[in-house]
Parts: sequence; structure tokens; C-alpha cells
Amino acid sequence: MHQLLRTRVNDFAVKLANVNGTGSASANGLLMQAIFRMGIPVSGKNLFPSNIQGLPTWYEIRVNKDGHTARALDYDLMVAMNSQTYARDVCEVREGGYLLYDSSWPLDRSLIRDDVTYLGVPLAQMCNDHFKDPRERILLKNIAYAGAMIAAIDVDMEIVTQLLDEKFSKKKALRESNLTALKLGYDYAKNNFRCPLPFYLEKMDTASDKILIDGNTATALGCLYAGATVAAWYPITPSTSVMDAFRGFCDQYRRDPETGKNNCLIIQAEDELSAIGMVIGASWNGARSFTSTSGPGISLMGELLGLAYYAEIPAVIMDIQRVGPSTGMPTRTQQGDIMACAYASHGDTKHILLFPSNPAECFEFAVKSFDLAERFQTPVFMLSDLDIGMNDWVVPRLTWDDAYRPDRGRVLDLAEIEQLSKFLRYTNEDENHIACRTLPGVHSKGAFFTRGSGHNKLGAYTEMPDEYQDVVERLLRKHKASAKFVPAPVIQKHKGARVGIVTLGGCDPAVREAIELLPQKGIEADFMRIRGFPFDVDVEEFLNAHDVNFIVEQNRDAQLCSLLTLETGVAKSKLRSVLAFGGFPLSAKNVIDGIFEHEDINLGELRDAIHR
Amino acid sequence: MPSIAKPIAVHPSLHKNALGLTVRDYEGAMSTLCAGCGHDSVTAAIIRALWELSTPPHMLAKMSGIGCSSKTPTYFVSGAHGFNSAHGRMAPIATGANAANRELTYIGISGDGDSLSIGLGHMCHAIRRNVKMLYIIENNGVYGLTKGQFSASADVGSKSKRGEPNRMAPIDSVSLGLSLGATFIARSFSGDKEQLVPILKAGLAHRGFAIVDVISPCVTFNDHVGSTKSYLHTRKHTRRVTESDFVPPATEILATIGQTGTTTVTMHDGSVVRFTGVPKDYDPTNRQRVTSYLQEHQGQGEVVTGLLYLDESVPDLHELSNSPDGALSKIPYEKLCPGAAELAKLQEEYR
Repeated sequence: MHQLLRTRVNDFAVKLANVNGTGSASANGLLMQAIFRMGIPVSGKNLFPSNIQGLPTWYEIRVNKDGHTARALDYDLMVAMNSQTYARDVCEVREGGYLLYDSSWPLDRSLIRDDVTYLGVPLAQMCNDHFKDPRERILLKNIAYAGAMIAAIDVDMEIVTQLLDEKFSKKKALRESNLTALKLGYDYAKNNFRCPLPFYLEKMDTASDKILIDGNTATALGCLYAGATVAAWYPITPSTSVMDAFRGFCDQYRRDPETGKNNCLIIQAEDELSAIGMVIGASWNGARSFTSTSGPGISLMGELLGLAYYAEIPAVIMDIQRVGPSTGMPTRTQQGDIMACAYASHGDTKHILLFPSNPAECFEFAVKSFDLAERFQTPVFMLSDLDIGMNDWVVPRLTWDDAYRPDRGRVLDLAEIEQLSKFLRYTNEDENHIACRTLPGVHSKGAFFTRGSGHNKLGAYTEMPDEYQDVVERLLRKHKASAKFVPAPVIQKHKGARVGIVTLGGCDPAVREAIELLPQKGIEADFMRIRGFPFDVDVEEFLNAHDVNFIVEQNRDAQLCSLLTLETGVAKSKLRSVLAFGGFPLSAKNVIDGIFEHEDINLGELRDAIHR
Repeated sequence: MPSIAKPIAVHPSLHKNALGLTVRDYEGAMSTLCAGCGHDSVTAAIIRALWELSTPPHMLAKMSGIGCSSKTPTYFVSGAHGFNSAHGRMAPIATGANAANRELTYIGISGDGDSLSIGLGHMCHAIRRNVKMLYIIENNGVYGLTKGQFSASADVGSKSKRGEPNRMAPIDSVSLGLSLGATFIARSFSGDKEQLVPILKAGLAHRGFAIVDVISPCVTFNDHVGSTKSYLHTRKHTRRVTESDFVPPATEILATIGQTGTTTVTMHDGSVVRFTGVPKDYDPTNRQRVTSYLQEHQGQGEVVTGLLYLDESVPDLHELSNSPDGALSKIPYEKLCPGAAELAKLQEEYR
């Protein structure tokens, strides 16, 4: 017990168990943002249900001075505000931890643990005494527990007050009631508990160059900066906020100051088939165009993605992955669309995929998606997920190079078309096997017939085997050539390591943390985070350079591992999967446990080899 | 449309349009449809309409889905970009294309399988959005490329080539369009070029989405006794309810206004559609009257043709979205990107 009660500064995790639709999100967000402003590395994971009101929802805050902010699986403090999940929540408190509850009602004695300290705050009672409106009483109960937490873990009250000032700058009455509620909780905690608890916060300076942003907002910002003008979509969790944010940015930045017209067109389509159709039509016609969707949408888009691939039309698809198959769990995260996107559509198809790991990369890769789609005249998928897309992440400030100009690819302009004797769509390929295209409305000499039916390299209809093969073989070469243009993997090597750990996307922080913890268990491992498909040679080299590679990903079927098996020459025996796919963000513990589940691999022998 | 290749020789006496182009300049590749196919007549009417309107070939975009009808964009205006997309998906692709560049003229060619079955939902929503385009349904009641299955437009009792009668109620694009708020609805017959050409011209000038359903008999699979989409049946049962005349903007039209039995509708671009020979109880600008008239006459087995309904007051997709007058695709990048300084500034909200 002594060890557990040792004072810990800026290194703990809090879980808040709430009922959705009661206004807890704003209280939790307030705490998270305040900690961020204190300059401490922090993450907030919102584990919310597919429901509007009444179901359990959790929010997890982890602070870690060393920057490890992947999901923690045991909690120093549980704020238990939901009686439905109480029995389960109490079990998740770590030994020697604390549980804060609403003591307006007595606790169920059978659920009391000896190794947990209970902090009862009469939240409902205090709010009922101070506020009249029933809705206000419910909402402000959340702010009251935030107040108690501020006292318990030493959140800087000045910062919290400042945040409330900013939030309610135009709503003075709300500011006052929020401050009152905050103070109710704060004072009660100060007067009744020994504050702060043995774990608490102290200001740091790690965040002055950082922002707190979710991946979907950053994705939308990337689309804005890339110069996208046509967006088409169908509402689907968890991608909806991409388009909501894009619309917001367009309202702000795309209204022509002179004419008052909108320099963008956002269409809410009737379904995802239509959404991708609109993107293809707009891209065919020379606009930068994108859609945002999730797994079920990818399934529906399959047909037209093949058309865009075969007819060589750019398209950008932001896939914010959720748990499948079928409707699955719309508010849970997964990396389940890797294979579906890599080979989307019937027949022989292969696509370009980008795997951002956080909102900063969402911004960067969103822009990249358009450049690649237009250069390679093909669909490009950016595979984000619910964890990246909908949670707030602390990332470095986004930067922009004003010298950037869109890579529109090989599009012939009027002068170039006029010089041609005849335009032949799929001829005259460059070193990356890309042919020239023309846009409608430029010159009749540039006219051609775009078709998803069999065509030869002249663009004409064909049913002849050699003419057909000629085209699709070039498409394969073109796809291979794009490997040099997708973002290179992030690789970190440790001297003598014979184990590789390979991952992608939002697994990044958990895997990095695991790599730092593994030496305690005698394992030095190298790190590779894959950021694009097709894979370039460096991916294969990394895999070959290690005796064994653990491929960490969030799906049941080891999709990244399968893709590596199919698309590199690496022996299958070198690849081992570590899978966590229940729908919550990954933690370092998942990674380490997953590695040790491979009992047939003699990690000890690999370790000995290092120390020899 | 020729179904055999002809040399590109232009007879000096061939008339030229305002662009100095002859009708042959609006032709395309050789048709590969069956000899006598109604679709080839529709193609010929399209060529005529575009030539008469002096549409610059490169400013036309030809969109289609999959099916016999969807092949036909290859057979007209080879100087225009064409897009033979996927079965039923022409409407979304055309919508996206139109969104990107509203400066072009869009013709969508579809069939009854493409529009009334697999792409029905898309067509309905393109109607709702009032996408500015001419949307032609070459309607033959049958699937040709897959050899003779009934389509959703087959009438109850109409017999297939094997003699089976269709028992399910048809989906009628005209009634559907009326119920969905379509702003331009016409029906014609591929064998009636005289009626069809002015309708197509009016459709091209229309402010929004113009549906033209053309009964276009399938000589191979649906031209037999017992079919209600055969040449003979269509000719016998057609009732030309309106005669319409399209008068382009620059033409003097005063003389026609005020004639007895004439309704004129001024199009968004200043051209005029002049209706003549309209029955007393019919008003092509009154949705309710049109609906009840059509229900009555279609109920009697008549194929009611003409420009049946027209409303120029409804804004199109771009007007609804407050788009710029020119193409979105042509806006210089500098106008689209807020730049580095603004990015730094806006991130203060994410602190």
C-alpha cells in the first residue's frame, strides 16, 4: 500500500462515468482543456454510446508528464455519476485509488471496496438547494463535480475561470450559475477531504506550441487548405463532424467578400453511392472534391470506386473508421476498413491509402490526399478513425507553407490541346505510368469518352484481351509507382533490437509507450509506423531486418498484417499479430500483453542475443 | 444517326448554324444499336436540337449510365466530353460535374432500367435538387442488353416476347416527376421528331432539371403484338396534348403572344416556350391540373405526349447554394486557401 500511496505529480488517470444527454461533456471538456492549458501532456477519450439520451457514457482523462497519453486501463480516480454502471465502474479503480460519488443518496454497501477511498459529495442536494430550474439542476451537477475535482487534483482555478469567461462571454447569467456550481463542489471538497489527493497536477510548459483539436476538424481544415470546392456526403457517425467542420470553415473563409457568393458547394447526398458519384463527377470536371464517410459508406461506394480507379478519375475519401461489420458499433473505434479500402470494388483494383495517427497528420494527409488523387488520377483514402476523429488530441500547432500550390497532375491546358493532332486518353504515360487527361469545356480536340467499360489505351471501347490487359497492367504499374509518393513510415531503431513492432494510425501513442516499457521486461524493440499504402521498399526492409515483427492493429482479422503478407515479399513467419478490436482506444497494456501471448516465440532467446 | 460509317464529307449546301457548324459537326461515332432502334432517332433529334441551338460542342457534357440508351452519347457530338458511368449512377455523377462547372450544358441519357429501377433514388434526388440538365429517359419498357426482361416502366398486361404478361404496376416517370416537384416534364415518342426537337431545345434552356421521357421502342425485344411500348401501339395510343415551340432569346416573338389557345412561358435565359393546341382543361404551368389531366387520360391507356409541365420559378442547385456565377473548378487557388497567417490565427480557438 505504501508504494501505491506515494505522491505522484502529473501522472495519473481519471475516469468519469456519466449518463449521456445530461450535459457531462461540457464539464469533462472543461477539465481536459484546463489541464491542457496548464501545459501538462493530457488526453481525453470520450467513450460514448450510439444514443441521444439515457445510456452510459464515459470520459477518461490521462495526464502523463512524459507524454504517454494513450488510454490507461486502471484509474486513480473514478467519478461515478451513473448508477447503471456503478458496479462495473467501482471495479476499474486501481488498488488504493479514489471514487467520487454523489452522496445525496447512500451507497450500496455491497459495492464498497476496502482498498478504495470514497469521496462523497452531495452534488444533487447542493444543486437542488441553489438552482431552481430542473434542467439547470441536472446540467450544473456536472459542473459541481468538476469543481470537486479541481480541488481534488489541483487544477488551476484561475485557468478554469478564464475558460468559463471565454465560453460564456456573451451569456453572463450562465457564467454566474456555472461559477456558483463550480464553487459548490470545490468548497465542499476543500472542506471535507484532504486536498489535493496523493496524485495531483502541477503546471508544466509542454503545450505552449500545441493545440487541442479533434481529427475531424483538422481533416476539414486540410480540405479547406487543399482548395476543395465540392464536397458530397451522407451523414454517418463518426464522420459527420468532418463535413460539419468543413461547412463551418467554408462559412468563415469561402464567402467571396465582393460578391457574397460561396466558393464551395456542399451537397448532402441521398446515400453514399451518390456521394461518391458526385465526387467523381466533380473531380472529372476539374474541381477538388471529397467525401467523408465510415465503413458502411465504403461498402456502398465500392461500385463507383472501381469506376474511378479504372477510368482514372481522382477522388478523395475520408474514411473515419468505426466498428464493423454491418452497422456494428457506430460510436466505437476500430481499424477495420484497411482491406476493404485497399482493394475496394470488384475486379482487380488497388488503391492508395494514407494512415494518419493524430489530428496534425489528418490535416497534413488531407492535403496530401488531394495531391495524390490528382497526380495519380485515382481514388485516395485517408483512413482516420473514431478515436482520432472525435477525441480532442494535443498536437503541435498546424503550420502552412504559403508557397504550396496544388499538384493538379497531368491535365492538358488549352494551348497543349491545340497543339495535339488527336487526344488519346491513356497514351503518352510518364515515368510514373500516368497518362494525360483533359477537362470538359476547354477544347473539342480534347474531348474523349470516359467509360467504366472495357477500353483500350486510346480510350475506345474494347473487348480484346490484349488491349484490355495493356491498360490494367499499366494501372498496376501506376499504383506501384505511387509508393514513393505516400508518406514514408516513421521508423525508430534501438541498437541491437531483433524485434520489430509495426503499427499504424491511432495506435501510435500506445505502441510508443509499450516500446519504452518493454525493456523492463527485457525486450528492446524497433518501431515502425506505416503511413501509406502501397508500401515502399523501406517497409519491407524493416520487416526483413527483424527476427520477428509484431503487427499491432485494431481489428480482428489482422488486416494490416494481411496486407503486408500480400504486398511485400516478407516471410509470413516473421509477422505476428497483436490485435485489440473491442472498440475502445488502444492502451500500452494491450500491446505488451498481446506480445506475450505469443508463447511460442522465445522472447527470452531474443533478449539473450541482445545481451550477449 | 448513321448505322453505317459515312465519310466525313460536307455538302456545300448544308446549312450552318450561328457558330458556322453544320449538323454533321454534331454527329458522333457509328451507332452499334439494332437497326430500327428508337434510340437512334432520339440521338438524331438531340443532334438537331444542339445544332439549332448552336451549342459549342466543347461546352457540352454528355452523361450516361449503363444500358442501350446509355451507349448513345458516343453517337452524337464527338467534340464533347462524354461519361458513360455505372448503371443507375448517372444522376449523381452529373450532379457532381454540374456542381464543379455550371458553365457547361449537361445532357444525361438514361433508360427505364437505369432511371426507374437501379437509379430511381438518384433520379428522384436530382429532381429535388433541380440540377440544371436535360435528363432524357429512353423508355422502352424492357432490358435490352440482358435480353428482354421487363423493366419497371412496363405496363400492366403488356406482354413479353415470350408471351408472359407483366402484372406489376409501372413506375411512370412523368407522374413521379410531378409528385416530386420536377420543374420540367415532357413525354414524347422517338418516332415524332417534329415534337421532340423543340422539347429538347426547351429542356436545354430550362433553369433546372428537365425530364424528357421518350417512348423509344425496342425493335428486338419489345416491338411485338401485346407490347404496349411497340411502335404500333405507341403510334395508335399517342395523344399529343401540347404542341410546343421553342423560341430562342434573340428571336422576335411578339407576333405569337396573344394568339388564341397559346400559352407562353419565358425561360430563365430569356428564350420562350410557346404552347399551342393546348386543350381547354389543360394548363402546362399548373401542377394540379396537369396531374389530374394525365391521370384521367393515362387511365384510358393513352400515351400523353408533349411538354407537359413547366415551371421556371424554381432555383437550381447552384442558385440554392449561392454559388458563384462561374465554375467552381476555375476559382484560382489563391482565393480558396486562407493562408499561413490565418491558420496561425484560427488555431487560437484550439488552445
